[in-house]
Amino acid sequence: MGWLTCERANQSAQQRGDGVNGPFDFTLALADDALIAAQRLAEWTTRAPEMEEDIALANIALDQLGAARLLLSYAGELEGAGRDEDALAYLRDDRQFRNVLLVELPNGDFAVTMAKLFFLAAYQLPLYTALAGCADERLAAIGGKARKESAYHLDHGALWVKRLGDGTEESHRRMQAAVDHVWPYTHELFAADPAAPVDPATLRPAFDEVVGPVLAEATLTRPGSAWAPAGGRAGVHSEHLAYLLAEMQVLHRAHPGAKW
Amino acid sequence: MYGNDFSAPNSAPDEAPGGLLGEVEAAEAELRAAAARGRRGGPAPDEDLAAYFAEVVDAEQKIEPRDWMPDAYRRTLIRQIAQHAHSEIIGMQPEGNWISRAPSLKRKAILLAKVQDEAGHGLYLYAAAETLGISRDELVQLLLDGRQKYSSIFNYPTLSWADVGAIGWLVDGAAIVNQVPLCRCSYGPYARAMIRVCKEESFHQRQGYEILHTLAHGTPEQHAMAQDAVDRWWYPSLAMFGPPDGDSTHSTQSMAWKIKRFSNDDLRQRFVDMCVQQAEILGVRIPDDDLRWNDERQAYDYTQPDYDELMRVISGDGPCNRERMAHRRAAHADGSWVREAAAAYAAKRTNKEKVAA
Repeated sequence: MGWLTCERANQSAQQRGDGVNGPFDFTLALADDALIAAQRLAEWTTRAPEMEEDIALANIALDQLGAARLLLSYAGELEGAGRDEDALAYLRDDRQFRNVLLVELPNGDFAVTMAKLFFLAAYQLPLYTALAGCADERLAAIGGKARKESAYHLDHGALWVKRLGDGTEESHRRMQAAVDHVWPYTHELFAADPAAPVDPATLRPAFDEVVGPVLAEATLTRPGSAWAPAGGRAGVHSEHLAYLLAEMQVLHRAHPGAKW
Repeated sequence: MYGNDFSAPNSAPDEAPGGLLGEVEAAEAELRAAAARGRRGGPAPDEDLAAYFAEVVDAEQKIEPRDWMPDAYRRTLIRQIAQHAHSEIIGMQPEGNWISRAPSLKRKAILLAKVQDEAGHGLYLYAAAETLGISRDELVQLLLDGRQKYSSIFNYPTLSWADVGAIGWLVDGAAIVNQVPLCRCSYGPYARAMIRVCKEESFHQRQGYEILHTLAHGTPEQHAMAQDAVDRWWYPSLAMFGPPDGDSTHSTQSMAWKIKRFSNDDLRQRFVDMCVQQAEILGVRIPDDDLRWNDERQAYDYTQPDYDELMRVISGDGPCNRERMAHRRAAHADGSWVREAAAAYAAKRTNKEKVAA
């Protein structure tokens, strides 16, 4: 796959030798994407349209959570300030979270959740694949593991987008509305970051290659809106994230220093 | 990307020799041995089917879906397996209540995987029930209509994180004590399902035990949280074994059919004896002033749960019956357009393939 160039990662890994944190921000951003996606997906537990789907969504949530834990732990090591995965997950406020807005959007109906899942996986698969070829061994190992999971997430999301898009009149209407709703948030996924181990801007062609045909097969229209909300990578989020964090962090924060 | 990152403390309840997991394994070995021995080939053309059924059951062989069986045996099994499947599905709710707030990412992963296991058990048990000639859709409808029950324990609320530990230790513990004998049930598909379920349940019990152990050895607030959870879950867990033997409506016939192997009171006693020791290691107190060793009986004397409360909860007036059912009905109703879409999409695909062929 020609678009997977990792030269930049090689450079930044070399630069790290002089004491700069290097991929800390990048690692944290990926970790937060995965963590917040896991938290949202886990909300479906006991609520899915079928028992099999309850299991599938929990599976994907567990994959995201697993990736988040590895990435957070590594980010903590890169930072070198003694923060472990839990300190990073539970003791930061929303302004310190670096996830994209897409993952924090409320689940909505099943179609919205599938739109989020599909678009996220279509971004994470080329991302983790590129990461797997990186000079940074830890990120490469995480990427190598996570890309297999992302491939499954992408299959699962794509299948549901097609089923709902080309299912009944109602499901088509809901799926198109979901795509229209979520699409603007996909642009933030590919904001250029030339200094990062993998520049997200380079992932856009792979994303488009996957998404276009699936939407077409699903008889869905790709929205033309130019609106491209962003800010997550800079810690400026939607109103939804603070509520998500309030729930996620409440117990941990109520018992400072406790072991669980 | 989640593995078994749970490390059991040295005092994990199943590690004692002859523990419950050992019994599950023994049942599995027995099942294999029975299969290896083989049954006498089916009944002769003019043989009395009921006599053949009785012979298979008496010989500790398994009844399989294709075999003739008494209608009442079939009905009893459908009722029992369905109730068990429903319990797994409804039982996801009280623990699912804490996934979003789990106090560490490791605990969140373990809990999410556990609740997911329960969904898997539910599916597995519905499949076992389907071998008796009823569909999963029918069974789900019976649950939603309130015409079949689920275990009343899930009608109690999970008020703190420690409840997740108490459910693992006590509720899963009681479930295993109840279910281990079912691994030797005369109906093959149910026995095999129970072996798998019990293995996973014993893992869950250890996880719950470890949560409580960590809390009971943590800060004073955490210890209080653990004790409060045990105080609230102890008697409802004892009630999981059902009414006392004298009042149990289904027991005698089920024993004769080798669906059931021990009486409610025998299993309850066994559970109490098991828990007393574990509570000491955990550092929590079982909330029973009359709990003491009886040398003559070689067992602990204990206070019976409030069976009137059990009957009230079974009949629908527990703290969460209405919420649990409303939640399940809402999920089912909200998902109907998705299920319809999947069916419509599958039908379109089949048509396309036909046209192409």
